[in-house]
Amino acid sequence: MVRSQTASAKIWYAALIFVMLFIALSSIAPIIHTVAVSFSNKAYAAAGSVMFWPKGFNLFAYKQIMADSKFSHSFMVSLERVLLGGAINFLMTTLMAYPLSRSSEQFTGRNAYMWFLVFTMLFSGGIIPLYILVKSLGLFDSIWALVLPSAVPIFNVILLMNFFRSIPKELNEAGSMDGAGPWYMLFQVYIPLSMPSIATVTLFSIVGHWNSFFDGMIFMRSVEHYPLQTYIQQLVVQMSISTMSSDPNKYELMRQLSNQTLNAAKIVVAVIPVLVVYPFLQKYFIQGILLGSVKE
Amino acid sequence: MLKPGKKRRKSFQGHYHLMLLPGVILLVIFSVIPMFGLLMAFQDYKISKGIFGSPWVGMENFTYFFELSDSKVIIYNTLFLAISKVIANLIVPLVFAVLLNEVRQRAFKRTVQTIVYLPHFLSWVILAGIFSDLLLTDGMVNRILGSFGVEPIQFMGDNRYFPYILIGSDVWKEFGFNTIIYLAALAGIDPSLYEAASIDGANWRKRTRLITLPLLRATIILLATLAIGNILNAGFDQIFNMYSPVVYESSDVIDTYVYRAGILDGQYGFATAIGLMKSVIAFILIILSYRLAYKYANYRIF
Repeated sequence: MVRSQTASAKIWYAALIFVMLFIALSSIAPIIHTVAVSFSNKAYAAAGSVMFWPKGFNLFAYKQIMADSKFSHSFMVSLERVLLGGAINFLMTTLMAYPLSRSSEQFTGRNAYMWFLVFTMLFSGGIIPLYILVKSLGLFDSIWALVLPSAVPIFNVILLMNFFRSIPKELNEAGSMDGAGPWYMLFQVYIPLSMPSIATVTLFSIVGHWNSFFDGMIFMRSVEHYPLQTYIQQLVVQMSISTMSSDPNKYELMRQLSNQTLNAAKIVVAVIPVLVVYPFLQKYFIQGILLGSVKE
Repeated sequence: MLKPGKKRRKSFQGHYHLMLLPGVILLVIFSVIPMFGLLMAFQDYKISKGIFGSPWVGMENFTYFFELSDSKVIIYNTLFLAISKVIANLIVPLVFAVLLNEVRQRAFKRTVQTIVYLPHFLSWVILAGIFSDLLLTDGMVNRILGSFGVEPIQFMGDNRYFPYILIGSDVWKEFGFNTIIYLAALAGIDPSLYEAASIDGANWRKRTRLITLPLLRATIILLATLAIGNILNAGFDQIFNMYSPVVYESSDVIDTYVYRAGILDGQYGFATAIGLMKSVIAFILIILSYRLAYKYANYRIF
């Protein structure tokens, strides 16, 4: 690109860099603030004087979390959910994407399955019938209530299916010439060739499982079965709402009485796993999304 | 020689069905069976009696909704919040992508990109906790505003500000992620177009207006049409975690209302009726938007 290096162009470019820097900082400023609060002295946090650096540095909030058995319990529920749910999602996505990536001549049932999938993706019975179903299946308070209703991530199936279709057909033909059956082709050829895409959709469903709170809230009866996000939701968000009258001043009061450093520390601990997988996610996901979704 | 090959292909089909079987069974249980639950919308559903025993009431649940004084407010809020978010989530990432694309230092560009799509991966539970702390009357935002002489504002408890907090925080969370598609489209533009334009004396504004935006038009249309399908989802997770009775008036949407009427108050038939209405309209809108996307942007999902 040819650019004229006039003074005005230089000023413009400097302004651009400054604006980009500002936007990037404002994207993480709230998170940095929360980290700062979590390490601060309670009194400073309640007075609202903590900005981006801890005031009266201490680890008190984190010690309290360690001692809180409910917190560690819900952390384990979330971990179990992520491992189990992620594995099921991975299995369903790859198992379904492969046959659907065959042409309708190779697999005559393909289009019927495809319409079924798209219909179930776009139209749903809503939360009340699902709630009653889960209840009548006796899944309340069970990890399966969190894992099974979202076992088939249809959108991910379609993304991966599109990716599988971009793999040259000749490969499949060569494979079947050599006597490879569909299972061999899927696990020995297609899955190894599609790792970036599969990593992307699997990490998406893992983050989805980690972040969801609503199913935990309606399907879990007792607090000890709550996943982490539901537990935090009840503690940090719900507490102020449920105890609050319609008087805005009381709302403010409740907020201030809640233990800000402790809440902030809980938020930080809940975010850490996402920050840990984020570099891996980020390495693949642009590539993965674009390969899966852009079709000519 | 053709016959054995054909036979093998046939036997492959059995394997394909087998691969799809577990997923289809799970979908039938957790997606198709709940669809029959929609019959509750036409019943005065009683848990003790179930779908087969509860009395039928025809369209009563639907008419009741429209007789409620709340219904107009809920529909207005849903449409207002959703449409504002759709528009803002199209424009902000577009402007950001066009500007970011001008940055020449690749490492800086990538770092900015990586930072701005981080919030997309955080849940609304977490972000609601963070925002409500930031937006307290003596929170960080008000302290910063206070240093410019602005009186403290009750952002989370004031119907005048709250809808804009919802829109603003949604844009803040998603703009980085939404930028990805625009940046991919920008990367596809032939650099020689810009070179030719520069030689002809076009400045940055002209190049953006005459080259970048026209070439991004297809992407913008695609994203806009796909967004139509989600117009009734004003963002349940976000609103549910950020709102409070004080601001119901300006933020209660269909989904939050269904939750309260259905799960909390136990009016299953009534809540299902509202949910059904929403699902049907949403379904029609999604089909329509995919048709439009196919027509104007040649986009197909499968």
